[in-house]
Amino acid sequence: MAFEYAPAPESRDVVDIKPSYGLFINGEFAEGSGTPFKTINPASEEKLAEIATATSDDVDRAVQAARKAFGVWSALPGSERAKYIFRIARIIQERARELAVLESLDNGKPIRESRDVDVPLVAAHFFYYAGWADKLEHAGFGRRTTDGHSGAKPLGVAGQVIPWNFPLLMLAWKIAPALACGNTVVLKPAETTPLTALLFAEICQQADLPPGVVNIVTGAGETGAAVVAHPDVNKVAFTGSTEVGRIIARTVAGTDKKLTLELGGKAANIVFEDAAVDQAVEGIVNGIFFNQGHVCCAGSRLLVQESVQDELLAALKRRLGTLRLGDPLDKNTDIGAINSAEQLAKIREMSEIGDSEGAERWSPPCDLPEKGFWFPPTVFTGVAQSHRIAREEIFGPVLSVLTFRTPAEAVEKANNTPYGLSAGVWTEKGSRILWMADRLRAGVVWANTFNKFDPTSPFGGYKESGYGREGGLAGLEAYLDV
Amino acid sequence: MTTSLADVAASATTLRAFLHGLPGVDRVGADQRAAMLGTRSIKTTAKAQAIDLAISMVDLTTLEGADTHGKVRAMCTKAMRPGGGAPRVAAVCVYPDLVAVAAETVKGSGVKVASVATAFPSGRSSLEVKVSDTALAVAAGADEIDMVIDRGAFLEGHYLKVFEEIVAVKAACGQAHLKVILETGELATYDNVRRASWLAMIAGADFIKTSTGKVAPAATLPVTLIMLEAVRDFRDATGRQVGVKPAGGIRTTKDAIKNLVLVNETAGADWLTPEWFRLGASSLLNDLLMQREKLATGRYAGPDYFTLD
Amino acid sequence: MSRLSVRKTYKLFIGGAFPRSESGRSYVVTSAKGEFVANAARASRKDARDAVVAARKAFPGWSGATPYNRGQILYRVAEMLEGRRAQFAEELGGPKKAAAERVDAAVDRLVWYAGWSDKIASVRGAANPVAGPYFNLSTPEPTGVVAVVAPADPLLGLISVIAPVIVTGNTCVVVASENAPLPAITLAEVLATSDLPGGVVNLLTGHQSELAPWLAAHMDVNGLDLGGVEDADLALKCEQEAAENLKRVFRPASEDWSLDPGLSRMTRFLETKTVWHPVGI
Repeated sequence: MAFEYAPAPESRDVVDIKPSYGLFINGEFAEGSGTPFKTINPASEEKLAEIATATSDDVDRAVQAARKAFGVWSALPGSERAKYIFRIARIIQERARELAVLESLDNGKPIRESRDVDVPLVAAHFFYYAGWADKLEHAGFGRRTTDGHSGAKPLGVAGQVIPWNFPLLMLAWKIAPALACGNTVVLKPAETTPLTALLFAEICQQADLPPGVVNIVTGAGETGAAVVAHPDVNKVAFTGSTEVGRIIARTVAGTDKKLTLELGGKAANIVFEDAAVDQAVEGIVNGIFFNQGHVCCAGSRLLVQESVQDELLAALKRRLGTLRLGDPLDKNTDIGAINSAEQLAKIREMSEIGDSEGAERWSPPCDLPEKGFWFPPTVFTGVAQSHRIAREEIFGPVLSVLTFRTPAEAVEKANNTPYGLSAGVWTEKGSRILWMADRLRAGVVWANTFNKFDPTSPFGGYKESGYGREGGLAGLEAYLDV
Repeated sequence: MTTSLADVAASATTLRAFLHGLPGVDRVGADQRAAMLGTRSIKTTAKAQAIDLAISMVDLTTLEGADTHGKVRAMCTKAMRPGGGAPRVAAVCVYPDLVAVAAETVKGSGVKVASVATAFPSGRSSLEVKVSDTALAVAAGADEIDMVIDRGAFLEGHYLKVFEEIVAVKAACGQAHLKVILETGELATYDNVRRASWLAMIAGADFIKTSTGKVAPAATLPVTLIMLEAVRDFRDATGRQVGVKPAGGIRTTKDAIKNLVLVNETAGADWLTPEWFRLGASSLLNDLLMQREKLATGRYAGPDYFTLD
Repeated sequence: MSRLSVRKTYKLFIGGAFPRSESGRSYVVTSAKGEFVANAARASRKDARDAVVAARKAFPGWSGATPYNRGQILYRVAEMLEGRRAQFAEELGGPKKAAAERVDAAVDRLVWYAGWSDKIASVRGAANPVAGPYFNLSTPEPTGVVAVVAPADPLLGLISVIAPVIVTGNTCVVVASENAPLPAITLAEVLATSDLPGGVVNLLTGHQSELAPWLAAHMDVNGLDLGGVEDADLALKCEQEAAENLKRVFRPASEDWSLDPGLSRMTRFLETKTVWHPVGI
């Protein structure tokens, strides 16, 4: 008997989107000097708000405010800084549903994910790093800092540029450790997803955070470039594409700015013949279709052992037939909207390249809404390492399926990429998991699971996936003079 | 059954090799999948459909030492006409000695009579007793037999013994449908749940059922998920469809709807009928009726308005 | 009549062998007083390329060796160095007592780093208490092939930049001090007789400005220590080149090699790998 789920939309009433937003500098909202831009709902293309553009002068004001605040903030006892950050964590929990709805509206991700993954992790991240603020001396960063002093000292003003795939979560990953360590920040959210960062600015006000400790400057790439290049910024943290990461690394070359980069990936998700197949299928789905595949650590290359490829692919395709694509605010939606027209064009282009290179494209029957940006869950089979869809990050719901014969071949293929952010291994054999984990050149190895995140767990890449870690003890290092 | 599985139970060795060759189940992953499906939001028209479907799938059950003819008759009456225009339930489920009174009461209504046999709930008796227990219930008019497997033998690895018991009970069932209770709470691991599911299906089970209701945990969502995966994969392998019955601990409409979502997104729509999916329950029915009333009237219902039989 | 000494030919050290520069070039090394000491090999970009190939080839074995084994080998290097104290002191030149102290400090530095091999993971790794049913462990792992531009201090400085890179399992290509390259080649003789697998350390002598940019731009090099680059323009150029494949860069810094080195030279060329696994029955 057919069982159709009636629409179950989360209410939009919890959010109050203003017609326009300014920059958040020195604790107050201020006009931007550049031409404002609009942010839209990618699921409907409806305009959500007008957003100020920060010019390099505006960025300069923000950096000055952060510099001024640095003196106050870094001089506070760690226990006091901690209490501010705990306050922020609590307000995020109090306003959780509002943040989740706003995130889904601006980003296009399913409310199930923003509600159950993004926002809880955001609160957890602030909660975790809040507790570090008065324990930095115990973090064990060795005996000597570069200026010869012992102990853990903040760096100063952190310039942070974050992407659109997890707007609020990436903000949390950047701001929470920076503040805990005594730095002040100037953060630029992505052009297409500024709204939750601006709501976060309000949360800073509610928390009575001293003015200038957190500054939010909105705009496009030029604004970000101004943040990175500002001479009075001591630390640059960026999450985004490897292409932009390279430019930033060049920009800060020859300066004293400390740099951490969390960049692209092309992770292998490796399934052995003895895997727990139903959980492996879930892991594959979660690996590449979570957040529409807009995930730098997405398991975009499925490496399946040849002896089980037919069964596994059949099970995977059957499972993909149950994915529910549509209104991000519907509580039953699994696949939301692609974040922007630009990204959709890129996904389409890469998929067409997959076709033209001879890979076989498959998608489940799937009605795409007429308005907004949509791409169906897509699987390419018959993919070889030489295919561009096996080498280049697509950043969309597109899985490339490759095969292997032996564990050594799996490792070789998994590592045969300039990236090294994450990897997945599915096998019921414990010793094989550890053997694989040893050899995979990736910053995160998920064994019999995928796309799991936690504030206590370091995240970051090898090779061209960037450097530095976010999360855990390792995440402090990026914001301390050690 | 296709030839591919015909030889599986040829010997203890082949049966063991087959069951141990089934893919493992990662507990955390299975739990998460079940929990995620539990977040599905079933509202308005979908909820109305789900409630009526759930009512029609209920095996309304009483399995107490204090059961009497009067108690069984009252339950059967409610099973046929739950009230408020709700559909009848799928079956009533009673001990073998009460089958006759149940069969007489529900006669002609379409409600089936199921009976727990085979030294329920522990199953700790001889095969002879189990077979005659079954024959007694069938002779008294049972349409369905809910047997328990020998969990001791299963945990000892004597799979063939478990298999042969199911075969013997199945033979004693005649035309009656056989539901095989795995008592998953005692099997402890999900790997065992999967193996026991396949074991029962190969032995000829028409249904696989989670629990007796006498052991906790009973019908948890992940266990039902694994059993739904098993019947799905079994049909793929053999062409034969087997039903699933979670029983024990399903008390609320929300629990029931979560189960239906599980069926819908795991085994698929083919299982979304009382012929292939049952909910073994007692107090669940009134909650379903209350929720049904709420949808119909727009007001939250109160228990005084629903019968307690 | 006094005996005519047999001089040593100072060659490169690549993949455990001592080749001349493929370019056939050499350059004159002089003493502090300006006297001729030797003709050192002047490595070319192709020698640098060969050295990277050797380092890459050595990486799986060296990074896969047990930390205990790596520690023993580094300690063995210290033992071999100890046995050649007089030779190194003479090559360093200058006041004998000061030179001897520098050699002793270099030996002691090696011993210090040798001990880190099986301790850095305990200090820089972590068992992460994630909020869920998962085992979660972070361990430090070597970055890969690291190009090192060695500082002017020809022995203590050199040891202080090589040891932290290799003790954690990296392999390296080292551009020796341009003006005082000879201790580096003598050190290579020590390394070659210390059970250190060929290719783990590769030493090039020559012009920093000629070699460093090629190594900085090499796409099979994962890390770059610019500690020995004194020319700010060269350092900038190298760091910019290093951005192409996101090399981990240790920026130029004036160092007092007599101080406790801290962990930063090790941690700069370590990755953190975090492994998750469900916990269930």
